[in-house]
Amino acid sequence: MVGVATAPLETLLHAAFPEATELSVDDRTGGGDHFQVVVTSPRFNGLSLLEQHRLVNEALADPLRDGTIHELRIRTRGTE
Amino acid sequence: MSELRETIQQVIQNEPVALFMKGTPQFVMCGNSERALRALREAGAPVTAVDILPDPRIRQELSELSGWPTIPQVFVGGELIGGADIVEELAASGELERTLEDKLGTDYRSEPAPGRVVDVIAAAR
Repeated sequence: MVGVATAPLETLLHAAFPEATELSVDDRTGGGDHFQVVVTSPRFNGLSLLEQHRLVNEALADPLRDGTIHELRIRTRGTE
Repeated sequence: MSELRETIQQVIQNEPVALFMKGTPQFVMCGNSERALRALREAGAPVTAVDILPDPRIRQELSELSGWPTIPQVFVGGELIGGADIVEELAASGELERTLEDKLGTDYRSEPAPGRVVDVIAAAR
């Protein structure tokens, strides 16, 4: 059942970061609620880590709010 | 503003380093809270902890104040630094210690009250 839990999050992230050069969502525990998100995008260039993570949190606001995401780990990088 | 929100705001503003976490430093209830606490301790930060688990309103009010959806949340000198991932990355690059020095002064390691825990529910009564 690979991707069942991660696909909706990937869809949200692709919509928010269409320019991303790297984008992945990993179901860390296989339980469908602990996720590791990696996004590399030129949009992050010049932004602080706090601002970068805020953009990811905003993209995933709904699943964060409704409890779909119980735990979220984020790694963001600019392209410069 | 509710009493609870005011109390949370006061902790953020008045404590040199405020860590809103699941559990307490003595009994951590979440891996991410543990990671944030460890990174702060290794940097020598004088951590004041608030356990968000006793009442769901703590997390709700905190996230409305900070605009940050997840726990833990780390504040230094009244300013949100981020969650566990950011604090770990900043610690690894040495930037966490620089931020602590910038906000608290170069002698921040000698600040009193390490491991302090504030009960915001009791304080808001």
